Amino acid sequence: MNAPAAAREHGVPSFLRRALGHRSFVVGATLTALLVFAAALSLFWTPWSPYEIDMPKKLQPPSAAHWLGTDPFGRDIASLLLVGARNSILVGVIAVSIGLLVGTALGLLAAARRGWVEELIMRLSDFTFAFPAILSAIMMTAVFGAGVVNSIVAIGIFNIPTFARITRASANALWSREFVLAARACGKGPWRITFDHVLPNILSVLTVQVTIRFAIAILAEAALSYLGLGTQPPQPSWGRMLAEAQSLLFQAPLLAVFPGVAIALAVLGLNLLGDGLRDLMDPRLARKR
Amino acid sequence: MGLFLLKRVLTLIATLIGASIVVFLVLEILPGDAAQIMMGPDAAPDAVRALATKLGLDRPPMERYVHWVTGMLTGNLGDSYAYSSPVFDIVLERLAVTVPLALMAMTLTTVLALAVGIYAAAQHNRMGDVGLMAVTQVGIAIPNFWFAILLILLFSVKLQWFSAGGFPGWSDDPWLSLQSLLLPALSLAVVQAAILARITRSAVLEVMREDYVRTARAKGLSQRATLWGHVLRNAMIPVITVMGLQAAELLAGTIVVENVFYLPGLGRLIFQSISNRDLIVVRNCVMLLAAMVVIVNFVVDVLYAVIDPRVKASDI
Repeated sequence: MNAPAAAREHGVPSFLRRALGHRSFVVGATLTALLVFAAALSLFWTPWSPYEIDMPKKLQPPSAAHWLGTDPFGRDIASLLLVGARNSILVGVIAVSIGLLVGTALGLLAAARRGWVEELIMRLSDFTFAFPAILSAIMMTAVFGAGVVNSIVAIGIFNIPTFARITRASANALWSREFVLAARACGKGPWRITFDHVLPNILSVLTVQVTIRFAIAILAEAALSYLGLGTQPPQPSWGRMLAEAQSLLFQAPLLAVFPGVAIALAVLGLNLLGDGLRDLMDPRLARKR
Repeated sequence: MGLFLLKRVLTLIATLIGASIVVFLVLEILPGDAAQIMMGPDAAPDAVRALATKLGLDRPPMERYVHWVTGMLTGNLGDSYAYSSPVFDIVLERLAVTVPLALMAMTLTTVLALAVGIYAAAQHNRMGDVGLMAVTQVGIAIPNFWFAILLILLFSVKLQWFSAGGFPGWSDDPWLSLQSLLLPALSLAVVQAAILARITRSAVLEVMREDYVRTARAKGLSQRATLWGHVLRNAMIPVITVMGLQAAELLAGTIVVENVFYLPGLGRLIFQSISNRDLIVVRNCVMLLAAMVVIVNFVVDVLYAVIDPRVKASDI
C-alpha cells in the first residue's frame, strides 16, 4: 500500500472524532441516515398500503390515523413519502454508479495515457455538457417512452463527464508526485500505478463528489417525475406527488408541502454531508471557507 | 487574443457538430423507424410508409444529416407533424417567452447573488454571514419547481397578487406578460442565486487575503474602496465561470418551470411535442437548447480571458 493511503488508514479514530465535532457533517449524516432509514423501513412496513385507493377517504387532513393526511385517491401521504424515499435512493444509487464507474474509468485512462486519448476523452466530455440531465431524458423519452429506467440512464450519462473531469484533474496531479515517480522508477506499468497508487489517493475526492451528485440525481429524478417523464404510476415518487398536488392547490395546499420538504431535506442532508466530508478530508479547504 | 479566440471558435464549432451528431443519432437513427414512432404502433403500414417518404427517411442517413444541418443554418427546419406548420415559425414564437424568461432569471440571479455574497464576505463570521449562508444552504436544496409551486401558493392562492399561470402575449398586454414571467423567473433565480452567492462569498474572501489587498488597506484605503477598487474584479473570475454553468442550468430549468406556470415557451413546446410524438420538433428544440448552452459557455470562456489575461496566456 502506498504511503498517503496507509497514513490515512491509521487516522480512522481521529477522523471519527473530528467528524463528530463537525456541525455540517453531523447534520448531513443524520438527515442522510434518516433518508436511508425511511427507504429501508418502507421495504418492511408502511402505515398504510401506498398502492391502495380509498376514494371515501380522499384529501383528509393530518390525523392520528393518517399522520400527513391523504391524497386525492385516498392514499396515505406518509406511506407514499416512505416508498418515495426508496425510489429516490434507487435512482440516485444507480445513476451515480453509472457516472462514477464510467467517468472514473475514463478519467483514469486520460491521466494514464495523456496525449490524444486524454484530448479525445476531454472533448467528448465537453460536448456531453451541452446536454443537461433533463435534455438527455427528454431525448430518451421521445424515443423509448417515459419511465424510471430511461431517467436513470439519462441522469447517469449526465454524471459521466463530471466524474471524468474530476478524476482526470486529481489523477494528473498525482502522476507528478514523488511516490508515483518512485513507483515508475521501480518498473511499475501505468495500470499498476493507476490501481495501486492513483485510485486509492483520489477516493476521498470521489467520495465527496458522490454525495453531491447523489443530491443532484434526486433533484433531477424529482423534476423528471414531476414532468411525467420519470417514475410512472402506481410507483410512488416525490416529484409526481408534487405534480398531482399542483392541480389541487386551492383545495388541499398541504399536499404540495410534504413531498417538497422531503426532497429538500434529502438534498440538504447529502449536500451538508458532502461539505463535511470535504472539510474533514482536506482541512485546508475548511480553513479557507 | 486573436489566436485564443480562433481556438475557442474552432472548439465551439466542433462541439456544435458533435452535439448535432448526438441529437441526430438519438432521435433519428436509434428509434429505427421514426415514422412508426410518430404515428404510433397501431398506424396503418401504408400511412407509415407515406410519412417516412415525406420526411425523407428512405434516404441514406448521411444525406439526411447534411440536409437537416443545412436546413438549420438556413432557417428551414421542416414542418411540424402535429401542428402542420413550419417548425422555424413555431420555435421563433416560443423563444419570445423562453429567452426573456431566461434573461430575467439570470439578471435576478446575478443581482441577488452578488448582493448576498459580497455582504456575507464583508460580514465574515458574524451573524449576518452565518445566517445568510444557512439560508443559501437551504436554497440550494430546494427544487426549483417546488419553489415555483410555493410561490403560486403564496402569491396566487393566498395573496392573489399574480395569476397562477398562463401568458397573455407580448402584443396583447406587454405589462401583464412581463408580470407573468416574474414568478417563474424568481423560482429559477432563487436556487441558482443561492449557489452563486456562496461562490461569490468564497471568492471575495479569498481575494481579501491577498497581499495587494493588505497593502491597499495599509496605505489607508477604506474597506469599501478596497472592496470596489481591488477585490471585486479579481473575485469575479470564478463567479463568471459558475455563471456560465448556471446559464445552462437555467435554460434546462425553463423546461420544468414553463410547465409549472403553463408558459408557452420552448420547454413547454418540447414537452407537448413528446406527448404528440412530434420527433421533428423535439429534435430541433433539443438541438437549439443544446446550442444555446454551448454558445453561453463559449461566451463565458471568452469573458473569462478578458477578465483574467493569465487564461489566454496559458491557453496559447
